[in-house]
Amino acid sequence: MKNTISALLLGTAIALSVASIASADDKVVKIGVLSDQSGLYADLAGPGSTLAAQMAIEDSGLKAKGWTIDLISGDHQNKPDIGTTIARQWFDVDKVDTVVDVPNSGVALAVNNVVKEKNGVYINSGAATSDLTNAQCSPNTVHWTYDTYMLAHATGQALVKAGGDTWFFLTADYAFGAALERDTTAVVTANGGKVVGGVKHPLNTADFSSFLLQAQASKAKIIGLANAGGDTTNSIKQAAEFGIVKGGQKLAALLLFLTDVKAIGLETAQGLNFTETFYWDLNDNTRAFSKRFSARMKNSAPPTMVQAGVYAGLMHYFKALEALGGNPHDGAKVVAKMKTIPTDDPLFGKGEVEANGRVTHDAYLFEVKKPSESKGPWDFYKLVGTVPGNQAFTPLDKSTCALLKK
Amino acid sequence: MQALYAQLLVGLINGSFYALLSLGLAVIFGMLNIINFAHGALYMMGAFVAYFLLNLGGINYWWALLIAPVIVGIFGMILERTMLQWLAGLDHLYGLLLTFGIALIVQGVFQNYFGSSGLPYSIPDQLKGGVNLGFMFLPIYRGWVVIFSLVVCLATWFLIEKTQLGAYLRAATENPTLVRAFGINVPRMITLTYGLGVGLAALAGVLSAPINQVRPLMGADLIIVVFAVVVIGGMGSIMGSIITGFALGVIEGLTKYFYPEASNTVVFVLMVVVLLVKPTGLTGRAA
Repeated sequence: MKNTISALLLGTAIALSVASIASADDKVVKIGVLSDQSGLYADLAGPGSTLAAQMAIEDSGLKAKGWTIDLISGDHQNKPDIGTTIARQWFDVDKVDTVVDVPNSGVALAVNNVVKEKNGVYINSGAATSDLTNAQCSPNTVHWTYDTYMLAHATGQALVKAGGDTWFFLTADYAFGAALERDTTAVVTANGGKVVGGVKHPLNTADFSSFLLQAQASKAKIIGLANAGGDTTNSIKQAAEFGIVKGGQKLAALLLFLTDVKAIGLETAQGLNFTETFYWDLNDNTRAFSKRFSARMKNSAPPTMVQAGVYAGLMHYFKALEALGGNPHDGAKVVAKMKTIPTDDPLFGKGEVEANGRVTHDAYLFEVKKPSESKGPWDFYKLVGTVPGNQAFTPLDKSTCALLKK
Repeated sequence: MQALYAQLLVGLINGSFYALLSLGLAVIFGMLNIINFAHGALYMMGAFVAYFLLNLGGINYWWALLIAPVIVGIFGMILERTMLQWLAGLDHLYGLLLTFGIALIVQGVFQNYFGSSGLPYSIPDQLKGGVNLGFMFLPIYRGWVVIFSLVVCLATWFLIEKTQLGAYLRAATENPTLVRAFGINVPRMITLTYGLGVGLAALAGVLSAPINQVRPLMGADLIIVVFAVVVIGGMGSIMGSIITGFALGVIEGLTKYFYPEASNTVVFVLMVVVLLVKPTGLTGRAA
């Protein structure tokens, strides 16, 4: 009898202690990299983003401090339904805490809702739409690297000021293209320019000649490419073929990645102006990171800004976790902590996570080098100007994020 | 009105790719009864071979036009000898599944090594620049594509419909046993025909390399449209596939002008309409 009672007491004690462990913070983190692993954005994000996440986990040093960090990755195939299904499964079955990367604005917005519903953490680096920190902002979301507002303001403003006051848009027909066109149009008109026309093309179009002819006929000084990845490279390549630049019109690649320049080739891409927030050859820190990164990439490619954003975003996330002393498995709480710590990392420099989830850091205006100026296989960019972080992104008083109206 | 002319011409340019590819498919289907889903992957290989020839061997575009189809054609013949020939008597579905699998494997391998954003291949110097036609600026290279593919299409049609060799081929499809009785090596002829169809795909790949990116998925994006072209034209009809190829390019071009959002679905809408009205395709005969 005595034994039974003590056994019961012991059992209760064990049960209680187990229960208290489960409810309190532990040091277990599971991260899911959700990306386009095989489609048109796979080179600028994809496997490279997974590598960046892996490097962030290693560099955080948390493992040595007793943390267990797991990493999984998934392929959303640029389809919102697939993206949300994977995200749901990750939260419900695999007990993932944090979803990172998610290029393709359409998928990114869909996943945004899932993460909010499941109270996870969402560190987006790959998507462009500024809606993530405006109309559709969420207490669980941090948006790193870039957005359509930033691209529109940096590139758009520079071009209008240089005399490009009439615009024609080639726009990818989905959430991203629409957002980029909208934000750029606002900049163009605010600076006294005019949008004379535009055409929406399906995502992943091989032939742009019809659209380019319409752009040519519009006589606009600037042809704004509100598209990305393979769509942008094909537009630029074919625009050269149709003599558009020689005819006096200028192309504005509103979103151009390192891998796109590689795909177009310097011969055709030279002279293009565009904006990015990271370039491997920017300073000693970026060069050091890129060297380690490309040594582990299959084709020795240096990181794109999206991949760099995955790394930096996770590093900041780990800082917040460490400051919390454990993982509360409460996305909103972790993101709130991330907002209280100023960001400071070797790739993007100093900045902050604003109340709407937007991360601010410097943005750089680049020009693509001439083939004769390029000294190595990835030596593509010339730095033309810098937009300070506090001016590059949506000012908080203009943000339509509901989190700001408390 | 000027814009309309320009769109018609642009449509013809795209149509020439559709025509070359659907012609190859029609030849293979007509002679081998195989629905060759690997066609897009072979088209992509053509472009990649051209890229390698230029960057590794220093062999220019003009030689690539000749060499790439031969190399890819040989690859195709090996496929036919080692795999496809065993499916000869079976349902179409088996050939379709096998070639679809081959396409996925080939694309996967290329994607693994070359990523997805593609490699640059520039227009040969002789064909750079363009001419102003008054209603549009026509890049010389595009004009070349239209003329060259038209010539290749007609030559293929002539070879199969008007020559002795073509007559053997057609006879061998009708009744292989009887043709074999005349002392003609039917299996070898079938292998060569598959090689020819594949070579046409590779040729289209080389032609498109300077226009589009040389990308592992360039064929996957195109092949579905080309299949729709073949279905509309009538499976296995040589002239039908050439004419529909060009015609659909033009229709697609016009859609890009009047309602661009629908430009990548218009071909399929037409396909549905044609299948409802005339299930054998526009030029196909009832089996």
